[in-house]
Amino acid sequence: MSKAKQMIKMNKTSMIKVATVTAVILLSGCSSLGVEPWQRDLLAKDEMALTAAPLDAALDDHIYFSKEASSGGRGFGGGGCGCN
Amino acid sequence: MQLIQSPMPAQNSNKKALKSLLTTATCALLGVNASVEANTNPLADWKFDTALMVYSEVNRVSAAEAIIAGTKTFKNDEILNLKVTLDALTGASANGAVGQPNVQTFTSPSGGSNYRVDANKTPLDDTFKDTRAQASAQWTQPLANNYTWSVGGNFSKEFDYLSLGANTNIAKDFNKKNTTLSAGLALAYDQIKPSGGIADPLTPMLFGNEVISGTYDDEGGENRSNKVTIANSDNKNTVDLLFGLTQVINRRMIVQFNYSFSHINGYLNDPYKLLSVINNNGLTQQYLYENRPGSRSKHAFFAQTKYHFAHSILDASYRYMTDDWHIHSHTVDLHYRMNLSQDNYIEPHIRYYTQTAADFYQPFLQEGSTVPEFASADYRLGDMDTYTVGIKYGMPLGSGKSMAFRLEYYHQTPKNSGFSQPGVLAEQNLYENIDAVIAQVSYSF
Repeated sequence: MSKAKQMIKMNKTSMIKVATVTAVILLSGCSSLGVEPWQRDLLAKDEMALTAAPLDAALDDHIYFSKEASSGGRGFGGGGCGCN
Repeated sequence: MQLIQSPMPAQNSNKKALKSLLTTATCALLGVNASVEANTNPLADWKFDTALMVYSEVNRVSAAEAIIAGTKTFKNDEILNLKVTLDALTGASANGAVGQPNVQTFTSPSGGSNYRVDANKTPLDDTFKDTRAQASAQWTQPLANNYTWSVGGNFSKEFDYLSLGANTNIAKDFNKKNTTLSAGLALAYDQIKPSGGIADPLTPMLFGNEVISGTYDDEGGENRSNKVTIANSDNKNTVDLLFGLTQVINRRMIVQFNYSFSHINGYLNDPYKLLSVINNNGLTQQYLYENRPGSRSKHAFFAQTKYHFAHSILDASYRYMTDDWHIHSHTVDLHYRMNLSQDNYIEPHIRYYTQTAADFYQPFLQEGSTVPEFASADYRLGDMDTYTVGIKYGMPLGSGKSMAFRLEYYHQTPKNSGFSQPGVLAEQNLYENIDAVIAQVSYSF
C-alpha cells in the first residue's frame, strides 16, 4: 500500500473516530437536557411542532425553489417541477 | 397545564356570522361540503388540510395552487398521508436576454410564433402557460426500540415535465424521547420534454421559423424550429441525503439541526433561457441558448428552534447552503405566533435570503470573446437578495375545524456582481427588482 493510500486510510479512520466521539459527546450532553413525560404540555401542542403548518411550508418551498437557487435544509431538496 | 384558553363558543354574534360566512366562502372555493355529517362520512376518521394559494408577480408570472392533504392515524400509531396538488401558471418570465434601446423580437419556444419586447424593457417571454398535477403518499410507523420508519413516493406531471420520486426515513428517539436522530434518503427521476425540443447548448436562437436542414418531421416535411435541437427530451437524477438531530431543551424549547446533501446529475439547463451576445456598443447581435454543468452537489446546514412564551411562540430558523456551482446562500426565517382570545392567533412572518452567483452566471456574452463552456443569464443564478414579510390569521371553527388566511409580500433584488455594461447597455437595467404577492386561504377539518 502506498504512503498516500495509507494516509487516506488513516485519515478516514481518524475521521470516523472523531465523528463517533462527537456523536457520543453530543448524545451524552443532550441526555442532561429535556423534560419528563408529564412536562410535555406545551411541546405536545400542534403549534409547537417543528413544521406546524405543513401546507404553508410546502407552498413556500415550491415558491422559493422556483425563484431562488437554494432548496432543502428543513427537509429533502424539493423539486418535481419545471418551475419557470 | 394549558396556558391558552380552551375553545369557547363565540360570544359575539357578529363575529360568529362573519366566521360562518368566511367558512362557507372558503369551502365553496375549495369545493368542500362543510355540512357533511361525520357519522355518514366514510372519511370521518381522516383529517384533511386544504389550501388555496395565489402567487402573483407584478407584470410577470401568476400562479394558483390548490392542495388537499388527508391524514389517517391507525390504531398502532401508523400514519398514512395522501396529498394532491394542482397548480396553474400563466404570465411572463424573464428569458435571460438584456434590454435594448430598440424593440426586440424573439421566437416562441415552440417556434410557431414571435413575441416582441419594447425598447428599454427586460425581455419577458409571455407565452408560458402551464398546469401541474402532483400526487404523493407517505406512510409512517413506529418500530420496536423507539425507532420510527417512514416511506413515501410522489408523482408530478406538467405538459413538458415529469417527476417521479421515492423517499425513506428512519428516526430513533433517545433520552425519554427528548433526543431524536434521523437519517433519510430520497431519489428522484425527472424528465423534461421542452416545447420545440432540447436546444443544442450555446447555439443561436433562429428567426422566422427557419428550416433546419437535414432534419424531418414525422410526415417527412423539413423541420422548422427556432433552434438547432439535439433531442426531444432529456432527464436528470437526484439523490438526497438528510441527517437530523432534534433536541428538547426544556418545557418551552425545542431545537433541530439538519445536514442535507443533494446530488443532481443530468440535464440541468433551463431549456427556455437565452443569453444575449452583444458588441462593443452594447447592441445585441444574437441570442444563444444557455448551458449549465451536467451535475450539481449541494450541502445545506439547517438549524431551527421553537420557543413557547406565555402567550406566543417564536419559530426561528437559519439555513446555510453551498454547492459546487459556487453558490452560497443564507436564509433566516422568523415566525412569531401570538395567541389571541378563543384560540385565534395572528402570526407575523419575516424571511431574508441572500445568495452569491453561480460561477458560470453572466448577464450577457460579448461578441469576439471565446464562448465559455458553461453560461447562463438566468437571474435566479446571479447575486441576489430577497425578503418576505407576511401575516397570517388563524381561527378555530369548533369540532376540530380551523381556518387561516395568509398574506405575504415577496421582494427580489438581483444584484450586479461586477459586470461592466458597455455602450448602450449602460442605460439598461439588467437587474430589475421583482415584487410578488402571496395570498392563501387554508381550511382544516
